[in-house]
Amino acid sequence: MDLDLLIGSMPKLLDGALMTLFLTAVSVCLGFVLAIPVALAKLSPRYWLRLPAGGFIYLFRGTPLLIQLFLIYYGLGQFRETLESFGVWWFFRDAIKCALLVLILNTAAYTGEIFRGAIAGVASGQIEAGRALGMSWFTQTRRIILPQALRIGWPAYTNEVVFLMQATSLVSLVTVTELFRAADAIAIRTFRIYEMYLTVAAMYLVISYGIIFVFGRIERHLMRHRAPATQPGIHKRALAILSR
Amino acid sequence: MDQLLRLGGFGNELAAGFLLNISVGAGALVVALTFGLGGAALKLSPSRILNFAGFIYTTLVRGIPELVLIIVLYFGVPRLAQTIIRPFIEGYRLDFDPVATAVLVIGLIYGAFMTEVLRGAFLSVPKGQLEAARAFGMSTRQTFWRVHMPQMWRFALPGIGNVWMVLIKATALVSVVGLQDILFWSGRAGQSLREPFKFYLAAAAAFLLITFISERIIALAEARSQRGVRKLKA
Amino acid sequence: MKKLLIAAVTVAVGLGLGPVGAQEMMKVRLGTEGAYPPFNALDSDGKLIGFDIEIGDALCAAAKLDCEWVVQDWDGMIPGLTSEKYDAILASMSITAERQEVIDFSDAYYQEAAALVAAEGTEFKGSLKDTVAGKIVGAQSGTTHENYAKDKFGDVAEIKSYDTVEQAHLDLTTGRIDFFTDGAIAVTGGFLETDLGKGYAFVGETFNDVTYHGDGAGIGVRKGEAELLATFNDAIKAIRESGVYQEISVKHHGFDIFGE
Repeated sequence: MDLDLLIGSMPKLLDGALMTLFLTAVSVCLGFVLAIPVALAKLSPRYWLRLPAGGFIYLFRGTPLLIQLFLIYYGLGQFRETLESFGVWWFFRDAIKCALLVLILNTAAYTGEIFRGAIAGVASGQIEAGRALGMSWFTQTRRIILPQALRIGWPAYTNEVVFLMQATSLVSLVTVTELFRAADAIAIRTFRIYEMYLTVAAMYLVISYGIIFVFGRIERHLMRHRAPATQPGIHKRALAILSR
Repeated sequence: MDQLLRLGGFGNELAAGFLLNISVGAGALVVALTFGLGGAALKLSPSRILNFAGFIYTTLVRGIPELVLIIVLYFGVPRLAQTIIRPFIEGYRLDFDPVATAVLVIGLIYGAFMTEVLRGAFLSVPKGQLEAARAFGMSTRQTFWRVHMPQMWRFALPGIGNVWMVLIKATALVSVVGLQDILFWSGRAGQSLREPFKFYLAAAAAFLLITFISERIIALAEARSQRGVRKLKA
Repeated sequence: MKKLLIAAVTVAVGLGLGPVGAQEMMKVRLGTEGAYPPFNALDSDGKLIGFDIEIGDALCAAAKLDCEWVVQDWDGMIPGLTSEKYDAILASMSITAERQEVIDFSDAYYQEAAALVAAEGTEFKGSLKDTVAGKIVGAQSGTTHENYAKDKFGDVAEIKSYDTVEQAHLDLTTGRIDFFTDGAIAVTGGFLETDLGKGYAFVGETFNDVTYHGDGAGIGVRKGEAELLATFNDAIKAIRESGVYQEISVKHHGFDIFGE
């Protein structure tokens, strides 16, 4: 293991890690915002909400992320003139914007499905109580259903966020320089392939652990009304989730 | 087929590539089940060392992106095997078939996910069954093979189905290590004919097809596995 | 249990375990990219075609080797060689000092200068650096051209790396990159002379910096394979003398690209 190589490549790797975190953060936030309406739509009795939502989820969960990325980046590049005439080429020209679009839609589909299940799992008694109190659908959803669904779906959502962060490594294949490509570029140039990949694997491990830790903390906060002594230490649980 | 779908002469390659994805997926599923059983055994073992080994296996795989794992393992495993075998047999050249290597690597990765599925399934078999087997005088071995494992599969089926759905999509990544799967050919055809959108769409459609068929098969298998099980009356 | 056994055996057999004994005709696997026209490419039947392929076949015929081609993505070209997926690289790989630390090269089998390509009419502003300042330059990742671009104008221009040159060609035509740098002969035959490349041309003269672009394209072999290296070098001389080389070269490029 060449320490000089490690120290020398750290600046570029950290730049890459920053991009990875940026992509993850933006996708998580916007993906979440999109996921809730999608989940609610899929549960709706109105077929014109349910079917498109179902179709959206099916498309993005049924195809590999890599193909989605190539489709949007290289595929849509083919229609440059059309996109220019609609005035949106400036968006699709940029690799990062294309990558974010795909990541957001993809995570919205997976997250939407997670919260659909969670919302459906909210005890019906709670909803009845809300209705009995005269709450509108909107108020019920906002005050009763969503907060509880968030708690129910949180563990599965944590998994999804970790997966999303790891999936950002794929955007390196559509010319975005994040952590993986940063390491890859150095690896190819210096031929120290295994050292670089092992280093970057370790960095991903650390980031994964970090996400699980943070989300575990949030879960503790969400569950603070439950008996605290019944939950094992936060590090132990984070490790358990990772190793599962 | 080419003319029908206007695939510009690449129709056969795309089909062959898709077949490659499916076969790599199927092979990897078998390998994953194997590693999964091993991993579950490690994690269910009373030995702390074996437990730790299982822990390391699943943690590493779950904490590192598949892309990184696939690339490292695809080039690293043959290299490692050579380093180990070389001292014993002079000038031995291991012919590592690319497809076999890919099957092994993907199976190794998803074996970690399978470990948790199978571990949970083993734990779900009612204790009463195992106790009854012991009461009948069955040895540990007999209990495992005749009572525990056969019943485990019913609980494992949904989880195995889920792992399959993720695994089959992950086979698209073998194009990154140069295997000529459907994504590889979609890329080359699209670039050659200047129609990347059409060809990537074709690849996406192929995966949607396999997803659809898989879901149906899994649902059928789950229904079949539930026969003879008393259901809760609503 | 039986299922596991069958699975395990299948995997083992699939791995092709079996010693490779000495044979009459030495079996050599050649690794190439298949995405670098006109040197190596895949036609719509999945067959390898191109200058490198025909030279490779000719060399094998001259040296009486039983050759088999293996397709490998460019990024994994050298790792594939060292992990013994194939025994030689014949993919227009430039001989550079950096690479020579890891693998050995045969004598060069052709010489090529580098070029900068952009839309026709793009102004050449005296030097390469000034020309690309403030713009986006594309290159294939892991190539001498990428290294050159990053080192020479990475501070004034954005350098984008692509896995294959064809992806870079596509992005050049859609305007995601303003310039593209690659071998002059490769970019001519593989892009400028094709439908996609209409309206694009060299910007300025071709250039060559030996420290970066290396000393011609050679056949890469693992370190310590002196015998194989000698075999290839002799074969190169043989096809030069017999005229087979010149024939293939003229067929693909219109002239003899061997260089000095």
